[in-house]
Amino acid sequence: MKRFTSLILSILLVVSLFSFVACGEKEPEVDPTLLEGSYTKDFAGTTLKVYNWGEYISDGAEGSIDVVRAFEEVTGINVEYSYYDDNETMYSELASGASYYDIIIPSDYMIQRLIREDMLEKVDVSKLSNYKYISDEYKDLYFDPANEYSVPYNVGMVGLIYNTTMVEKAPDSWEALWDSELSGNILMFKNPRDSFAIAQQRLGIDLNTLDKAEWDKAAELLKEQRELVQSYVMDEVFNKMEGANAAVAPYYAGDFLSMQENNPDLAFVYPKEGVNIFCDSICVPSNAQNYDAALLFMNFMMEPVIALANAEYICYASPNTAVINNDDYKFKGNAILYPSEENKPKTQWFHDLDGDIVGYYENLWVKIRNS
Amino acid sequence: MTDKAKRISANKRKGKSVGAALLNIPYMVWAMIFIIVPMFIVAFYAFTDADGAFTLENFKQLGEYRDNIADSFIYAFIATVITLLLAYPFAYFVTKCKESTQKIIMMLVMVPLWMNLLILTYSIMNIIEANGIINNFLQMLGLERLQMINTPGAVILGMIYNYFPYMVLPLVSVMSKIDNSLLEAASDLGSNAVSRFVRVILPLSVPGIVSGVTMVFVPSVSTFYISQKLGGSSVNMIGDIIESLINKVATRHVGAMLALVLMVIILVCIMLMNRFSDDDEGGMIV
Repeated sequence: MKRFTSLILSILLVVSLFSFVACGEKEPEVDPTLLEGSYTKDFAGTTLKVYNWGEYISDGAEGSIDVVRAFEEVTGINVEYSYYDDNETMYSELASGASYYDIIIPSDYMIQRLIREDMLEKVDVSKLSNYKYISDEYKDLYFDPANEYSVPYNVGMVGLIYNTTMVEKAPDSWEALWDSELSGNILMFKNPRDSFAIAQQRLGIDLNTLDKAEWDKAAELLKEQRELVQSYVMDEVFNKMEGANAAVAPYYAGDFLSMQENNPDLAFVYPKEGVNIFCDSICVPSNAQNYDAALLFMNFMMEPVIALANAEYICYASPNTAVINNDDYKFKGNAILYPSEENKPKTQWFHDLDGDIVGYYENLWVKIRNS
Repeated sequence: MTDKAKRISANKRKGKSVGAALLNIPYMVWAMIFIIVPMFIVAFYAFTDADGAFTLENFKQLGEYRDNIADSFIYAFIATVITLLLAYPFAYFVTKCKESTQKIIMMLVMVPLWMNLLILTYSIMNIIEANGIINNFLQMLGLERLQMINTPGAVILGMIYNYFPYMVLPLVSVMSKIDNSLLEAASDLGSNAVSRFVRVILPLSVPGIVSGVTMVFVPSVSTFYISQKLGGSSVNMIGDIIESLINKVATRHVGAMLALVLMVIILVCIMLMNRFSDDDEGGMIV
């Protein structure tokens, strides 16, 4: 009898957990009258496979819009959402042919490679009613000069984050990451391309150089820095900088804004040597199975309400004019995301590099980390 | 035994083994797909270059990582010794408790295993960070701050924390099987506490020590993630290097080579360890 009672109790516990979760579903995610494009239920019941970066879409946390659910409600399409940590992971999964996706959101240089390898489907942007909101500044970019394959989603730049209580004077150069006074309090990117870019900018070398001797030079500089570096990080940077456990770190401008919310001592600068600029754009892979639904999704992502929700959630700069000019936008005119003409740093894009060069610097990187 | 009886008993044995083999098939298939095949893939990568042609070139790079392999073994060794020194008396104490108390204590030992390794490691980070909980506490007391994170000590702490239950479990299971009458007999024959421990308890708990040490040492040697988060750039464990090599297309083959070499070294270590224990109770690993 005792066993029977405990069985009943555990079943009740599990059931009550589920019903608690179910209570959440009530109102629609977004008021359909706020949407400008027309979203028919023509593709209701079909599946759309979306492959995006982690933490890179408004997901309903803290009262934001759950964009994926909103899209499902409006179109009846069933979204299968999965995510990756870097462009290369996404590329190798796509290239292996092991699975297909209808929507991917790669960065500039990766789009260049995908186009060159004929892995993207063309998109007729004139059929996307919300494309008019994309700022001219982010059209005709080098990787998609005729805007045939991609729709910009987020743009950003790398910069230097520092803790004002831990540095003597505000840095204005990447040199701060080599400052022996800050030894043990310096963080650096864990991924080779971003780390090399900083060394290359200090040396005035082109980020996309094909000269191996120039990569060697940058590697020398990074080797010098090795013993000053506390840790090579990606997402741990949030924890470390917010908790004042490191003094300086290079990272993406948008992420600085979320760090600053948790630690007001943090400050940000675009180093004078120049910084890397990037643009992540929405594309449709050539093996997509639900092309029309993918176009609907693209248009949906450019909706003023949806783009606003994403821009506020992700904290990166938006290429969408309906967001940039919206008075309610939390980061409207933010000096870091949208620097004025005279405050704009020197910028350089990453281009897709030859596999030989990639292999070369990846090998150098392992040796630097291990020196 | 007559011939007939022999035949019958042989048939019986055979029948039993066929039945057991049938029950074993699902796991054998599983092991084949998820253990044996991946090992061959690692070996294949280790002996080939980017074009898939056979080469020994990868192994020429082994020397570059000699120090990392040595460091990993040293750290794992220290962590294992400390874990054993902590766990052994603890396990003995547990077996002497009332059964109900034992259950509670063992549950407390297991609780960390219910939580994800990533979360545990992140929590330890927050505790020992330069500006973490311990240092803030020290400062409050007016004491010097300590540099704890990004040191080899922090990595060893992480290993001990994570692998402690794997040491305690086999020790408790072996020690609780030690018959109390053996100890009584030893006392009756004039043994004092020290000699009872050295001549009765210790020899009888060797199988538990061997399997506990193996279960702590092996994952410690190949530790990654814990060492990245807690050791910062002060420690370069071979596990982290393998991870970073395998993640990049260009260096994947060298990473596979290192993984293979590490696997062989660990295998040899385990075989040596098992020579210490001729008893197969308490769970032999190889």
